[in-house]
Amino acid sequence: MSELVTASKLRFVNVGLGKPAALITLDNGFDHTKPNTFGPAGLSSLASAVDEALAAEPAFIAVTGKPYIFCVGFDLTTFNETPTREQALELGRMGHRAFARLRESTVPTFAFVNGAAMGGGLEVALHCHYRTVSGGAAALALPEVLLGLIPGWGGSQLLPNLVGILPAIQVIVQNPLMQNKMLRPKQALEMGMFDKLFEPADFLESSLGWAASVVSGQTAVDRPEVDRSEMWDAILGFARAELDKRVHGAIPSANKALELLALAKEGPNFEAEIEALADLAVSPEARNGLYAFDLVQRRAKKPVGAPSPGLAAEVTKVGIVGAGLMAAQIGLLFLRKLEVPVVLTDLDQERVDKGLSYVHAEIDKLVSKKRLSAGKAAKLRRLVSGSVSKDAFADAELVIEAVFEEMSVKKRVWAEVEEIVSPECILATNTSSLSITEMAADLKHPSRVVGLHFFNPVAVMPLLEIVRGERTDDVALATAFAVGKKLGKSCVLVKDAPAFVANRIFARFLGTIWQSVDEGTPFDVADRALDPLGLPMRPSAFLSLVGAGVAAHVGAIMHDAYPDRFPLSPNMSIIAKSGLPILVDDEPNPALIEQLQQGDRPLTEEQVRDRALKALAEEITIMLQEGVVAEAADIDLCMIVGGGWPFHLGGITPYLKQHGYL
Amino acid sequence: MSTRQIRNVAFVDGVRTPFGKANGGLYKDTRADDMVVRCIRELLRRNPQLPPSRIDEVAIAATTQIGDQGLTIGRTAALLAGLPNTVPGYAIDRMCAGAMTAVTTVSASIAIGAYDVAIAGGVEHMGRHPMGEGVDPNPRFLAERLVDQSALVMGSTAENLHDRLPHLTKERADAFALASQEKYAKAVAHLEPDLVPVAGFSSEGWGLATADEAPRETSMEKLATLKTPFRPHGRVTAGNAAGLNDGATACLLASEEVAASLELPIAMRLVSYGFAGVEPEVMGVGPIPSTEKALRLAGLSIEDIGLFELNEAFAVQVLAFLDHFGIADDDPRVNPWGGAIAVGHPLASSGVRLMTQLARQFALNRGVRYGLTAMCVGIGMGGSVIWENPNWEGFDV
Repeated sequence: MSELVTASKLRFVNVGLGKPAALITLDNGFDHTKPNTFGPAGLSSLASAVDEALAAEPAFIAVTGKPYIFCVGFDLTTFNETPTREQALELGRMGHRAFARLRESTVPTFAFVNGAAMGGGLEVALHCHYRTVSGGAAALALPEVLLGLIPGWGGSQLLPNLVGILPAIQVIVQNPLMQNKMLRPKQALEMGMFDKLFEPADFLESSLGWAASVVSGQTAVDRPEVDRSEMWDAILGFARAELDKRVHGAIPSANKALELLALAKEGPNFEAEIEALADLAVSPEARNGLYAFDLVQRRAKKPVGAPSPGLAAEVTKVGIVGAGLMAAQIGLLFLRKLEVPVVLTDLDQERVDKGLSYVHAEIDKLVSKKRLSAGKAAKLRRLVSGSVSKDAFADAELVIEAVFEEMSVKKRVWAEVEEIVSPECILATNTSSLSITEMAADLKHPSRVVGLHFFNPVAVMPLLEIVRGERTDDVALATAFAVGKKLGKSCVLVKDAPAFVANRIFARFLGTIWQSVDEGTPFDVADRALDPLGLPMRPSAFLSLVGAGVAAHVGAIMHDAYPDRFPLSPNMSIIAKSGLPILVDDEPNPALIEQLQQGDRPLTEEQVRDRALKALAEEITIMLQEGVVAEAADIDLCMIVGGGWPFHLGGITPYLKQHGYL
Repeated sequence: MSTRQIRNVAFVDGVRTPFGKANGGLYKDTRADDMVVRCIRELLRRNPQLPPSRIDEVAIAATTQIGDQGLTIGRTAALLAGLPNTVPGYAIDRMCAGAMTAVTTVSASIAIGAYDVAIAGGVEHMGRHPMGEGVDPNPRFLAERLVDQSALVMGSTAENLHDRLPHLTKERADAFALASQEKYAKAVAHLEPDLVPVAGFSSEGWGLATADEAPRETSMEKLATLKTPFRPHGRVTAGNAAGLNDGATACLLASEEVAASLELPIAMRLVSYGFAGVEPEVMGVGPIPSTEKALRLAGLSIEDIGLFELNEAFAVQVLAFLDHFGIADDDPRVNPWGGAIAVGHPLASSGVRLMTQLARQFALNRGVRYGLTAMCVGIGMGGSVIWENPNWEGFDV
């Protein structure tokens, strides 16, 4: 794609210093929905603006952004997906060349970070001599490590030398790997990334006034001395150990970032940074990272195969069948995001009350955590109600069921609901494994049934699999997507197939692990086998999280559908029946391992991993043949947002291709 | 109820944005409410000893209360300025005397004890909201000859004034206008401390408005060549009238005891005020009866006034005032730093500009006891406020 150029617009302003100050505005000409970025032309515009400013010998030079946006960094759309190392080197040098002018300027330079500043956007600010930040700046981050890169335009060297090693590790390594966590302006100020914070109402005027007082000597800027004692290395050593424990060396960008932070102790080493960026830019992990980033940024927001949003029905009231934990969680989510009446029903008053009291307690918790205002909480409490009669659904446009996973139960529920609701009311099932088509088969209006497969915990997990049954119509589907978007979920359209996408992949993949254990591979060997992928957790931890009962249930469903590829694991049943905790002190429970009944054909870690990856590749190939999703990208998206599978694998299919499995 | 005491009202501090030219000027991409917000925040910044929660009212005037000048701008600007939501606010309109009326109205409330501290100000973005935008005059005005057609066009009312007072010639008007420009040019440094810089974003990037845009160099010869847009062969030109401008003002008012207890400075004491109506066709004479009223209420005569800040909507209208009171066209007590003909007249904002300037002059003129701020108002009105100088040697605290 061609670059949407962020121009550096230079103007001279009077700040009462006898000579004007140069004010450079980064602006791509669009509003905040298209943030400023730096591509080659943008960098060269900045360089010329700084040169022109310097030539005028201003009192100072300041860089700021268009309203709400400073700059969100390198323009990924201009990134050559498979650069040569030479091109990658040039990419690094290009930024350094432009930004160095600000750092090396004999005229004082300032960054007025008025809004979102990420990656190269934050780095340009780090090159300036002084920085202010707006209390309204929405996103401050150096996310490069998440994308398989490192902050390569000075960030890895300037930040630790500004704020010290501990905050630098947090910003450069830890935050990117924690779902790309952003800094709040106040945090960034407190860690020393900025010299001053001003309120958004007159951020620029205040910043200009402050800069003038700094230049005139009226205001002194104090920065605490950076601790360069042996603590620097000790803290890095600790961070390295933590990282190894978590991802087992699977994220080269994180390791490289730590190496660069070690070098920075002796002062900025930009050459090392540029070399490191070039090494990483040509790595498959970076390619995968950028691919994953694009999935999450674009594909998750514009789901492939979703019907026109205009078809969606307006939802002014929601009914929830069931008041159990899952149902109550779903009810709370709808309540918070749609802010429409939500009615929970169940068989008896006791269950209804329990569900309602869960919702009320969660609202109270949100208030006490200051994540909900008292006024909004009062509104939500008024909107949620419970009933033992489904008559309360009569004027709802959407009813969701979260009752027991049993086809006959679900069919009975829908038959009952259909007698009460309007013919247009959308009926959504939260089934994780049953056929939508079959569930709808006996209804008068089967075309209104759609699957909304939430993941537990409902409020937290970003994936929503939207399931189209054979007869589901576009209105039901469009409504599901519109609602999913309002709920803040990443929606993926899936076909009505056993266990849909994420659970099917988990079941197949982990099935091979249990199979290896059944055959005689020691539990700890099988459990460790996938470490080199850097998945968010080991199989034992995953099993502990979802519960052996649920895992066994999904396993059984998949076995019924595809007995050859999903064998039943006797040891899984043993674990499920034992009722013992799977983990003790974060390690597999020895008491449980003792109960395992194993064969005499142990595999090595490599063999277990090879078998798991082959199975994954095979299952994905079959799913694509079956048309469970439109493209492999949807599987990757499901695994990234639904399973927390890492960016550096690109979800999973890029990794499988790179290693010859696909 | 116990006997009510009337409290003295202090003008504590005043600020304004630089005034820009309407239509493509400094503020072409800046919202009117943002300009007000800047003024309010600057008052707070300059007076950090004032807890924002102590502000009892925010009264902001605008003539055209539409769009960014609508939505009860006193309240919305207060919220946007970050004042606590416990601080109320309202919008007020008396056209050109909007900010002046905001000041007198909140002052009356302070005097009676309803408020301790208040902000009053005004804004007019004549670029975004041209004079007459959205007006719908009642047809009865003309059908019943309540007013002449010319009464609604301010320039025409100024021409009418020339007709009625033929000795106020175009040459006198031009000479007064030229002096306004010259006095302003010399006095800029006195005005700068009360200007609030305003950052504005446009397609050229962010800029910073720091200086008035309208003042210009001119001469009697140049002024003589200008067109008379309101009447062929008329006398009123762009040179001897205030232009079309964008700007905002705000000031801080408090009861004197409260100001003292909060350690807020007292820049002026309110003595009296008056508003009066005149024939709408010659609205420019409005300040004459309003000043007479204010003088009468204060028990003063025009000779007691040592400094005049008269709004120069039109030179002829100021000349009519001076002529009436027997004051020379070039009396040094009148608009010593120039007036609206030079700096501009963003309608509803101007009243507080007059007061802020008078307060600065009071500080420099300890021998002066009383000053007057006065202005004419469309549809035939005048407004006048008399102030006492706390720097005067005999000032009674």
